Amino acid sequence: MSVLPYLVAVWVFLAGCYGLATSRNLIHAVGCLTVCQAATYVLLIAVGYRDGATAPVYSDIEPASRPVVDPVVQALALTDVVVGATVTALLLALVLQISKRHGTVDPDELSELRG
Amino acid sequence: MSRRVRLWILSAGGTGLAVLLVVACFQLPGFGGDQHPYGDRAVRESLARRTANTVASVNFDQRAFDTLGEMTILFSAVLGTVVLLRQTRDEHRAKPAPAQVAVPVRRYALVTLPVALLTGLYVIAHGQLSPGGGFQGGVVAATALHLLYLGADYRALEWIRPVGLYEVGDALSASAYLVLGLAGVLAGTAFLANTLLSYGTFNTLSSGGAVPLLNAAIGMEVACAAVVLLARFLDQAVEIEESGKTGKTGKSGE
Repeated sequence: MSVLPYLVAVWVFLAGCYGLATSRNLIHAVGCLTVCQAATYVLLIAVGYRDGATAPVYSDIEPASRPVVDPVVQALALTDVVVGATVTALLLALVLQISKRHGTVDPDELSELRG
Repeated sequence: MSRRVRLWILSAGGTGLAVLLVVACFQLPGFGGDQHPYGDRAVRESLARRTANTVASVNFDQRAFDTLGEMTILFSAVLGTVVLLRQTRDEHRAKPAPAQVAVPVRRYALVTLPVALLTGLYVIAHGQLSPGGGFQGGVVAATALHLLYLGADYRALEWIRPVGLYEVGDALSASAYLVLGLAGVLAGTAFLANTLLSYGTFNTLSSGGAVPLLNAAIGMEVACAAVVLLARFLDQAVEIEESGKTGKTGKSGE
């Protein structure tokens, strides 16, 4: 099945979306967002894979002696990881403040506006 | 809207999205195929500039401008977290009490700390040669410092980690990346174009032109950013306390 890794990415993404939409706890929701983001890592790495290839690092292999996987999507996945980690930190800081100000982290109870 | 209705809407939208995504998957080039035009070109460029780690070449040479944007995201997220997690008017700082640590934990943490720190610095320095680089090594180095929190206590960590200095380091390394880019403009080439320095000998520490320098700047930025982020969260957990506990607010969930 040459399409299976892409379907795994779709599955992980949809599972994260389901968790986000039905979450009763903001920390859980932030976790679900990272699950959605993990789907993009799977997709990127799957797109760049090449059968029988090795890592695109030439410190211990001769150039052109072996096929290598696509380094562009690997660099994109690295960017993705960094952005994901920082966004998670920022969101968790927001959740911390919400829990302090409102005394709850259930999004359904956060309906009223406060000045 | 009740939970039931919401779930129905979610399942309708989710099914539609799932169908579209699966159809899109079948249109993608097959997994493991041999057609990677961008990858082949990136490898060729990287070898022409004598950078052994192609991923580092993509990040710090061919897409160096994008990495500037990525670094800016990191910098502004740290800034946002610092603003969000500051000490507010109704909170005060409590001195953290000295803590007792089990002897094996202390011993193991103190033995691992220098090794982990050195590993982080090694990964940053060899980013242009072997897997790793500034982003990965920076995180390793920053978390290595926090082994002191496990091995000793919070006061020892604060002694080794004056947060103000790390905030300055974060800003300095972000500017260093910009200055390295501007150096290209001043020399008459383009912003962040890797044409200023000689490319060196393939597979040595000084190969790759500006790649090791940009790598070092990013490594310092990521290490400082991770230290500042963790410091703000640890401050909330260990030091900052609400002074007027009125019963309604300040309840923890568990």
